[in-house]
Amino acid sequence: MEIVLKNLTKIFPSRNKKSNEEVVAVNNLDFTIPDGKLIGLLGPSGCGKSTTLYMISGLQKPSDGKIFFGSDDVTQMPSESRGVGLVFQNYALYPHLTVKQNILFPLQNLKGKDKLTKEQMLERSYDAAKLVQIDDLMDRKPSELSGGQQQRVAIARALVKMPRVLLLDEPLSNLDARLRLQTREEISRIQKETKITTVFVTHDQEEAMSISDMIVVMKSGVVQQIGKPQEVYDSPANLFVAKFLGTPPINVFDGRVEKGKVYIKDDAVMDVKGLADQEVIIGIRPEGFILDENGPLNCCLKAVEVMGRDVSIVSVNDASVNPTIRSIIDAEKKPDHDCVKVKFSIKRSKIFLFDKKSEKRIMVED
Amino acid sequence: MAELVESKRPWKAWIYLSPAIFLLLIFTVWPIINTVRMAFLESYSGLKAAGGQTFRIGIGNFQKVLKYQKFLSCLKNTFILCILTVPISTILALLIAVALNSIKFMQKTLQTIFFLPYVTNSIAIGMVFAAMFNMVGSFFGTPNEIVVTAGIINNLLEFFGGTAVNWINYGSSYAANITVMVIYIVWNALPFKILILLGGLQSINKQYYDAARVDGTSRKRIFTKITVPLLSPIIAYVVITGFIGGFKEYTSIVGIFGASMGPADNAGRLNTMVGFIYDALSSNSQGRASAAALILFSIILVVTLINLQVSKKRVHY
Repeated sequence: MEIVLKNLTKIFPSRNKKSNEEVVAVNNLDFTIPDGKLIGLLGPSGCGKSTTLYMISGLQKPSDGKIFFGSDDVTQMPSESRGVGLVFQNYALYPHLTVKQNILFPLQNLKGKDKLTKEQMLERSYDAAKLVQIDDLMDRKPSELSGGQQQRVAIARALVKMPRVLLLDEPLSNLDARLRLQTREEISRIQKETKITTVFVTHDQEEAMSISDMIVVMKSGVVQQIGKPQEVYDSPANLFVAKFLGTPPINVFDGRVEKGKVYIKDDAVMDVKGLADQEVIIGIRPEGFILDENGPLNCCLKAVEVMGRDVSIVSVNDASVNPTIRSIIDAEKKPDHDCVKVKFSIKRSKIFLFDKKSEKRIMVED
Repeated sequence: MAELVESKRPWKAWIYLSPAIFLLLIFTVWPIINTVRMAFLESYSGLKAAGGQTFRIGIGNFQKVLKYQKFLSCLKNTFILCILTVPISTILALLIAVALNSIKFMQKTLQTIFFLPYVTNSIAIGMVFAAMFNMVGSFFGTPNEIVVTAGIINNLLEFFGGTAVNWINYGSSYAANITVMVIYIVWNALPFKILILLGGLQSINKQYYDAARVDGTSRKRIFTKITVPLLSPIIAYVVITGFIGGFKEYTSIVGIFGASMGPADNAGRLNTMVGFIYDALSSNSQGRASAAALILFSIILVVTLINLQVSKKRVHY
């Protein structure tokens, strides 16, 4: 089911009647979520991503704008008629019911022509449980399950009524690091098997990048960029997106364009054609550095961190906005420990220029 | 852990505890022991004991108490009041608490209003109720019945086309008396229960309700399948304390009927267990009073154990 958001806006009224501080949680969202894809809503906390999810679920009413599921306008439709499955951050499994009863719960709500017989309900609940691989835990209580198992039960409960749209709110935030890796693959697998349009919310860019077909990066209620994860990473639309994606984060420098060259302090790191002379912000991905004795960029070496497969070089440059520069290079090419200065040349595809004021990307011709 | 908690000088702890222990020994432990002692001394009376009389040990007090017609009527009254008021007040309190919890408009004001009976003296409430159910006249229950003036309840009944009922006055029926008592006790018991249940409701995670809403759960199903089970430990608490309080019912009868514990033509008809003990004490029959107290204690114990047993199956912690 394709989801279309049209000028979706959510304004929370101020809590205090005297002050008129309204909070615009979501501002004029306008995009389409294609059918059968896994979409990650990504942004720092307070960016409105969960509010967007809750508006799609129907638990919150938009202040303005419309939501379509396919051609149905569901904006005014109550939550239960939308056919959404929602998985909460804390799972919200009913603690007094067994796993089976939890999964059966949505089916027992069905009325009229949708009503199922007991056998059909059991069959559907076992199908859902098998899909998330918890069919051997059906008689346990949620408190007797691990976090990862609870998560699966929550997904099974959301899937059992065969929703048109599956929504996941921070699905992995309550799991430990190993389980998180495992569960995100699981979510990706379940989504591919069921082909249900799935939207999930996360503040973890790695999580979003790794399993999403498409990511929507948000900040302060406004969409910053929409696209395939790799595309967004390779070509960020602005400084915020560039900073938000990637671990270690992108290195940011104050620099300038002068006579067709990009300078960091006095080092000309890149040639550009057809750009007027101006102050710019320069972003260089950690993997964009090449250790090169004849390279243009001079930095003071602080530390070399060996991480097995590759080496992380921590260095300092006065023009860097962050206190240190982090670059990742092959383990075989690491510098001598004793040296004080390091020189880098920069991969052209890993360096981005941003406007000093608007922080928007300045596109450079190759 | 034990080392952390254990003091190096245990006598210090005893000194800190001694005032409380001292008072408890005098005013709680000794009276309990003394009650048991008096109950098993045949026809024990404090007055006679002071005069130097000695008493044989035996179970005569219990036999006497159980044979008393008055005691059986007190037992019956107590049981009827308990069995009627505890479920009614608990269910009403639950419904009111859920309603109070779901509204936003004037919630705090309404909470305060519902809590007012709790801070009001129950004798005072009883007098107001007695006035509300009152009826002034003569020849009640005879063909020449004259009603001079009636309380607000009878006024209302007549306004809606009913006939006035003799609730509590001379010649009133037992059923009418019990009805008034049940209404009064339920009304008196509501505020505390509402307060406790409301506190419980507010501690239930809102996400359960969001989840239920997304799944299209009906209000009735949300109430029976989510609210009640999640509230069950608190409901159990309210029911158990309700039964214990119910078996100790006494002041409410005094509040409505005064010291006669019944309508003027049938004094003592609505007396309860505690009332029986009180009367026995005031007639200097401490042995009989103690025996009745122990019987009341064992009834409360048994009912509480049954409550706990039932709640083991029904309560989800």
